Amino acid sequence: MTYIPISPRERDAMLETIGVKTLDDLFKDVPARHRFPSLHLPPALTEMEAATELADVSANNENVRSDLISFLGAGAYNHYIPSVVDHVLRRGEFYTAYTPYQPEISQGTLQGIFEYQSLVAALTGMDVSNASHYDGATAAAEAVNMAVAQFRGKRKKLVIAPTVHPQYRAVIRTYTQGMDLQVVGDDPRTDLEAGPSDLASLVDDQTMLVIVQYPDFFGRVYDYTDLIAKAHARGSLVCVVANPTALALFKTPGEMDADIVVGDGQPLGIPMWFGGPSLGFFTTKKAYVHKMAGRLVGETVDARGQRAYVLTLTAREQHIKRERATSNICTNEGLLALAAAVYLSVLGKTGLQQVATLCYQKAHYAARQLSKISGMGLCFTDPFFHEFALCLGRPAEEVNAHLLEHGILGGYDLGQDYPSLKDHLLIAVTEMNTREEIDALVEVLSEVDHG
Amino acid sequence: MNAPANLKYTKSDEWFDPASGAMGLSDYAQSQLSDIVFLEIVVDVGDTIQAGTAIASVESVKASAETYAAAGGKVVAVNKALMEKPETLNSDPYGAGWMVKLEGGEPGDVMDAAAYEKYCAERAH
Repeated sequence: MTYIPISPRERDAMLETIGVKTLDDLFKDVPARHRFPSLHLPPALTEMEAATELADVSANNENVRSDLISFLGAGAYNHYIPSVVDHVLRRGEFYTAYTPYQPEISQGTLQGIFEYQSLVAALTGMDVSNASHYDGATAAAEAVNMAVAQFRGKRKKLVIAPTVHPQYRAVIRTYTQGMDLQVVGDDPRTDLEAGPSDLASLVDDQTMLVIVQYPDFFGRVYDYTDLIAKAHARGSLVCVVANPTALALFKTPGEMDADIVVGDGQPLGIPMWFGGPSLGFFTTKKAYVHKMAGRLVGETVDARGQRAYVLTLTAREQHIKRERATSNICTNEGLLALAAAVYLSVLGKTGLQQVATLCYQKAHYAARQLSKISGMGLCFTDPFFHEFALCLGRPAEEVNAHLLEHGILGGYDLGQDYPSLKDHLLIAVTEMNTREEIDALVEVLSEVDHG
Repeated sequence: MNAPANLKYTKSDEWFDPASGAMGLSDYAQSQLSDIVFLEIVVDVGDTIQAGTAIASVESVKASAETYAAAGGKVVAVNKALMEKPETLNSDPYGAGWMVKLEGGEPGDVMDAAAYEKYCAERAH
């Protein structure tokens, strides 16, 4: 895209042409109190001074690349990102995101999205994937919108497992405000030992959607096949919120006959940053493709019979539906969807399985070692992937502060969301954690016990 | 442009058959939309609808449109087979292209075939 600068002389020429004296004259119609206020800023710094000051501020950050050993997950995971991911993303053709309405100038972007969709559909075991959402939480909330549309508001009950990520549940509650839905199951005080079969008892003929997480918020892996069959028998749809890395190792939600599979794509080549931006993936069965938000890129042939990519289906978007649009995802997370596509294609099926296996083995090593510490223990006995709840026997906040003193970013304090899990940490272990790091965690936590 | 004389028409290009209670999309509408590739009828048997209620969502290769009820009443039949073959709306809009049948349908703001033909002719310019 051409950069078009504006000099004071050009600006004055334009103002003269339209017959106003100053730029402010253009805003005369806006009442003064609603105009942007004058800011009382300190004197400007030179570039050199500003760079020094910002570098000082930035040095106060501690990051998981060079400063801290991390066992924090709870939705965002520290995975290795091959350098080629960043090299592809930083190409100018991709970096300036623009909605690819015009296939004649957007083949690269469209192919990137098409590959992303194909890879995500294969990973989840589903028929179709859209071109992405903002993050896992908004993708999950969009599943609710889709279910409402599917039943045209005639079914009003939404069943959410209490073991779906607490922040996802909060976003779903925000999205569904004023929709007159009955949300059940979403109670952090319920028995967290309860498995999927207990959730099935909440599903009735008024239920439009059941949402479960796989692995669940505590890292536990359940086969939801039976729950899904029971929900289907009642006519309800089922959405599985999935961790994409785990899908390389376990049965796919598609194999369990899930209707919608969503999740956060951050583990697929996207840094944890400061909690975002992220990438939400959304997949479904072909039967529901017209109810899907956002867009779908398809492969076709052009007038000369050459392979080409286009926006095939954007059934709910504003450029199709105008004032009746129910989705406006637009350029969304195109760049990060590309990151996921590059990540998945560089790792390949075997590579992703290796990453998942390393996560699984290392997490299980960590869990074994940690549960040997006297006064500590694993909270649940069910099979888990790369995250587990550890009972500390003392306030989690205190333990995390102690870990941080030793350069370790501890786990997620579960007491924040689950009153019954006060004094519990959710510990995540990925391929990035070496045996030495895990042993260091065990050692520091053992000291906590003795101190 | 074909508008059978026994039917009533709306300004939003739907037809209603007072004799059978059937309604659908007019020939003019299908020709404007061109190839119809998707249809979803959004009312169910047993629903009571008003004239003007959205009864279907239609997508063609050119556009997306809502179809509104030309009459109000109780839905007694929905043409589910049409959703499998939406192109029937192009080939047979007044026959196999019926969408919904009402019992005791009360027409809304409708016009007769002659008025509708004139209305379509005006829009053609």
